[in-house]
Amino acid sequence: MSRSFDVIIVGGGHAGSEAAAAAARMGAKVALLTIRRDQIGAMSCNPAIGGLGKGHLVREIDAFDGLMARAADAAAIHYRMLNGSKGAAVQGPRVQADRRRYRAAIQAGLTGQENLEIVEGEAFSFRIDGGNVAGVVLGDGRALACDAVVIATGTFLNGKLHFGMDAKAGGRVDEAPSIGMAAQLRALDLPMGRLKTGTPPRLDGRTIDWARVEIQPSDGEEWTFSSQSHGRSCPQVACGITRTNLETHQVIRDNLYRSPLFAGAIEGAGPRYCPSIEDKVVRFGDREGHQIFLEPEGLDDHIVYPNGISTSLPLDVQQQIVASIAGLERAQIVQQGYAVEYDHIDPRALGPSLGLRDFPGVFCAGQINGTTGYEEAAAQGLVAGLNAAAFALGSAPVLFDRAESYIGVMVDDLTLHGVTEPYRMLTARAEYRLRLRADNAQSRLTAKAMAIGVVGVEREAAFVSRETERCEARKLLDAKQGKRSLFESLCFPDFALPELFEHQPLLRNISSDVLDELVNDGRYAPYVERQQREVLRMRSDEVVLIPDDLDYRLIGGLSNEMIERLEAARPTSLGAAGRVRGVTPAALAAILVRCRRMAA
Amino acid sequence: MKLVPTQETIFALSSGQPPAAIAIVRVSGIAAVESLQELAGRVPEPRIATLMTLGRDPVLDRVLVLFFPGPNSVTGEDLVELHLHGGRAVVAAVEAALAALPGLRRAEPGEFTRRAFANGRLDLAEAEGLGDLLTAETEGQRRNAMALAEGTLSRAVRRWRAALIDAAAAIEARIDFADEDDVPEDDGGAGAVIAPLLDEIEAMLRVPPAERLRDGIRVAIGGPPNAGKSTLFNGLVGREAAIATPIPGTTRDLIEFPVQISGMAFIFIDTAGLRETEDFIERIGVDRAQQALDSADIVIWLGEVGTAPGGALHVHPRCDLPGREGLPVGADLAVSATGGTGMEALVSLLVSRGTSLLPREGEIALVQRQREALADCADSLKLAEGAPDILLVAESLRGARAALDRLTGQGGVEPLLDAIFSRFCIGK
Repeated sequence: MSRSFDVIIVGGGHAGSEAAAAAARMGAKVALLTIRRDQIGAMSCNPAIGGLGKGHLVREIDAFDGLMARAADAAAIHYRMLNGSKGAAVQGPRVQADRRRYRAAIQAGLTGQENLEIVEGEAFSFRIDGGNVAGVVLGDGRALACDAVVIATGTFLNGKLHFGMDAKAGGRVDEAPSIGMAAQLRALDLPMGRLKTGTPPRLDGRTIDWARVEIQPSDGEEWTFSSQSHGRSCPQVACGITRTNLETHQVIRDNLYRSPLFAGAIEGAGPRYCPSIEDKVVRFGDREGHQIFLEPEGLDDHIVYPNGISTSLPLDVQQQIVASIAGLERAQIVQQGYAVEYDHIDPRALGPSLGLRDFPGVFCAGQINGTTGYEEAAAQGLVAGLNAAAFALGSAPVLFDRAESYIGVMVDDLTLHGVTEPYRMLTARAEYRLRLRADNAQSRLTAKAMAIGVVGVEREAAFVSRETERCEARKLLDAKQGKRSLFESLCFPDFALPELFEHQPLLRNISSDVLDELVNDGRYAPYVERQQREVLRMRSDEVVLIPDDLDYRLIGGLSNEMIERLEAARPTSLGAAGRVRGVTPAALAAILVRCRRMAA
Repeated sequence: MKLVPTQETIFALSSGQPPAAIAIVRVSGIAAVESLQELAGRVPEPRIATLMTLGRDPVLDRVLVLFFPGPNSVTGEDLVELHLHGGRAVVAAVEAALAALPGLRRAEPGEFTRRAFANGRLDLAEAEGLGDLLTAETEGQRRNAMALAEGTLSRAVRRWRAALIDAAAAIEARIDFADEDDVPEDDGGAGAVIAPLLDEIEAMLRVPPAERLRDGIRVAIGGPPNAGKSTLFNGLVGREAAIATPIPGTTRDLIEFPVQISGMAFIFIDTAGLRETEDFIERIGVDRAQQALDSADIVIWLGEVGTAPGGALHVHPRCDLPGREGLPVGADLAVSATGGTGMEALVSLLVSRGTSLLPREGEIALVQRQREALADCADSLKLAEGAPDILLVAESLRGARAALDRLTGQGGVEPLLDAIFSRFCIGK
């Protein structure tokens, strides 16, 4: 007799953990299936959470009472607000996280979650019943029944590790790849692609000459990732900054023939914004050096992650590279850098709920969808987990909109455009970024999260009281002071907190995060108002639905390229169709005409 | 916007009203070939003008036939052109024969263009230009419509958009990759791109609007009652369009009449005499007269010296009547609409004023929708120039780009289509 769940999550990485917790918060009975329980929540790449665009995603996950922000705060040993000198809308919170503490925090979050059981084992294949998913068969023959599955297997699908010219199958160092499920997904005839990513060699921090590198201390300010965290729980450490130099570059050039990237052994496309050091040297040959951040991996851990020299060159070359860099002359490599190639599903096969269009009940999240980054993975995990639970429980899908969240931007981008390189969140992707700030994530999203019932009592109480305070403060700001209100005055850059307090002393009683959010609302208000017209136009095209069975080949005048893209993405609305790349206004009009004919 | 199933094949007279030397009837849709087979017994080689006989018993006409197979036709569908002899009876007979065929019906206004658009044969800017081309009556209108239809505007927009994307990319890198040491901290040189772009767009916005070119320059004739407005109006339009009597208050409503002078379209407007009145209907007429005078491009004023609205052409009428000879001080011109004195001078004055109100050779005139989008784009660029931080520069550049997208039709598709296609006339 097999055990039965509403939702099974395959994979315990950042996507899987967030998916499992989200589905369980929705009230579904959830199994999190993972090969190694102790690896749940592992950070397999750099020990940092957040950054530009990414930090926004983490705050949005937090607004849904997710795990990532709280775990990041519990493990943070270095805080830094990126773009601190630029506008608030593009400031990106980022922390260095102690690996062990982060993993422990995620695992604690999952074990403390009702309706959630962690099952150790390898997912070998799906059980399918009448075209719908009915369960998962494990490598040891056990079977678990369910109504919905979230695949969050990261780079484990057909993973291949490259250590110099030696390659072996695997997802992470010392862990086996999942070949069975990859074969089954291939057999389902889903569109698949292949991508590549890489890591640098890890160093023993005790062998680094810290006196020879620039030191970057943690931010002095007391901000946290989660609105539910209180201050900083860990001692703060500094990061180091050093650079490659001409000698480093010469070592790399001399050994390019030993790099699988350049010798042609790697077929997958790598990210342009996170290139390997050999890529940087080849593509930007004129530069005299490239920055390296030395990121400590933990408080009781000597390992340091040299961010900026990801490489697939063999170990002896890595040693020469490290030895050529200021401060690292005597640094010992604890674990060599390597490149990973892996399969991903073309995310255009997914609908806006991150469910596979042609395989009802199966949802995908994380690197399997062609993204990179913990934050991107976790945010998709949230979406997939919520929707897998909604599917299993028979409730309405939980959809995210581009004008409302970075999560919505990412899901829309992935499902409409697909990927040509690992997808990373950037603020530039969010056309409505002035309203999608990291500092207003809860104002934007928590009410929605409460409406679907995924917010715990503690956060709900905190949110309600914060909203009350925010409304009161806004009322104070909206009162006319002569010609204009204080809120309206905020669009002048010189009008700031001292001026506010001078005109309205009661504002001193408002907590600083609420007041900062409102100040930023005021700063951007004229621009946001302009954008509002755009949002309305977009929404008016969003309500024109495109029937599932629309045959783009029957619409005259669409180019083959457009037809291909539209068929791959199958946009659900006219607005979405308009965002498919290369679809012209004329083509959109033709699609509209066709939809109306079909409706008539 | 009304729509029809694609199975339906449409036809319409696509040239001017008969009688004329030839009349062109277009048939578009999947039954176009069949209908020709039915009427002429065969289908000619694609794109080769072929002489054929329409109808057997009775023979309808000997006609020149052109066949354009879809999708490479103007509508994107199979299209047949019948060049008939242009008599009313011939045209009516052929239309009746077509209407009797299964699956064929008369086209609705603008339907040919709508199909061309729906089949991806034109973009919106081009579609608007084509609509203007088909209704163009004067040389200036035709030139402007040609420029739009050939995509001059679309090309300019593409060029501007490329420049904006370049500038934006430089800034976005500074925002999204701020912690990379390869990305400098300056503003990315956006200013150098924005200024010349803004100049170009503002120059295009200064070109007088297309509506004046398309619909005509509005010339309103105003003044007190019984000043001779209707007589002058009739003299200018060359016929008895308005009732002119010596009784004050004869003209109550606005009378408009389109006239072409020297290749320029004018609309002359006769108005009710301006006076206080108890007559309810006349009072409405007086209000309308005032509105017409306020919104006219040129006002011809027939009242006393010193009472003329600013910028009006002050005309001294009935200068052949005894006691009214000579030009009063402050008036621009003395005329007699009945005798003809000064009328030629008045017309050439109107033409010279009109010329300054129309786009010059080589300029592209824009319709209201296009002007609004371009003005939006210019506003955004101005905001970008003065923006205090690079995030707001980036946002303004994005707004400018979005405005250009609207110009070629992106965003809010439906109302746009309705507005454009409501302007099209049958068979175009």
